[in-house]
Amino acid sequence: MRILERLKKGRKPSGRVAKERLRLVLAHDRAHISPGLLDTLKDEIISVISRHIDIDASSVQVTISQSARESRLVADIPLSPGRKRRGG
Amino acid sequence: MAARVFTVTSGKGGVGKTTLSANLGVALAMNGRRVVVIDADVGLRNLDMMLGLENRIVYDLVDVIEGRCRLRQALVHDKRLPELFLLPAAQTRDKSAVSPDDMVRICDQLKEQHDFILIDSPAGIEQGFRYAVAPADEVLIVTNPEVSAVRDADRVVGLLEAEEKGPARLIVNRVRPDMVRRGEMLDISDVIELLAIDLVGVVPEEPDILVSANQGRPVAFSRDGSLASRAFHNIARRLQGEDVPFMPLREQGVLGRIFSFVRSGGD
Repeated sequence: MRILERLKKGRKPSGRVAKERLRLVLAHDRAHISPGLLDTLKDEIISVISRHIDIDASSVQVTISQSARESRLVADIPLSPGRKRRGG
Repeated sequence: MAARVFTVTSGKGGVGKTTLSANLGVALAMNGRRVVVIDADVGLRNLDMMLGLENRIVYDLVDVIEGRCRLRQALVHDKRLPELFLLPAAQTRDKSAVSPDDMVRICDQLKEQHDFILIDSPAGIEQGFRYAVAPADEVLIVTNPEVSAVRDADRVVGLLEAEEKGPARLIVNRVRPDMVRRGEMLDISDVIELLAIDLVGVVPEEPDILVSANQGRPVAFSRDGSLASRAFHNIARRLQGEDVPFMPLREQGVLGRIFSFVRSGGD
């Protein structure tokens, strides 16, 4: 019954929600980087890189990735299509 | 052989550290190992009640540290099991009465005469946690499949890594197989993946655990009494170095029992 209810409402099983929330919060806890700090880093990375090349600022993603217990900061910075070198 | 020292800790309170310590102590002693369980929760002692030894305490951990008695006088012998001893916590003092060096010294003295020393750590990551893990050869982290318990366990794993306290091993306690099956509880594999440490045990939530705490007789006394008891015995055997496969925690309702009876051809 519960499964049917869930299908009707399109609700994600709460176990999955718990896992996804934990994945994020543990990444931040381990790296001692708050979501706020991550936003600041992202803004500054965008501004530094934009000084040199055209990037698609709205699609930039800065995240903490985990592999076993190792954390790394990952910046995914799409370049603007048909970009030109700046400043020349 | 000198004893190995295991500290049971969790970060979060109420996840079942004391229940686990009591049951592991019983299971190891039932296997003929000489065991001391140490209640390190000074000020909030409870391991004595879990073991049904609360009326037998004369001296405690702080009495030993402050020289009011010899270590051997403070050990409470469990009459049901010749190999099991409890070193109780002081109830009227606080954690500042114990230092990491005190715990190391006490464990060193106990090592000669015993095979296993289990330290039941207080909740938290402050002084009590520090002195409880100081003498540990290995740390056992207890968690529940629940967001706050997993987050706190991760914090403890991080602290132990920073102190180079060896790789901790994980016990997932209070698992409800029915909820896991419905997807409404973190699965064991989720918890292991999130915490990225080795698993040493999985214990299902069972009413028997509360009943046994009421009675001061850990479920492990009846070896095959319940799934939880078998889980505790399996953990004990793994701590003894045996390779014990993890048992399935299928919750069997009436229908489930009929189905498995039919499937097994009725034997």
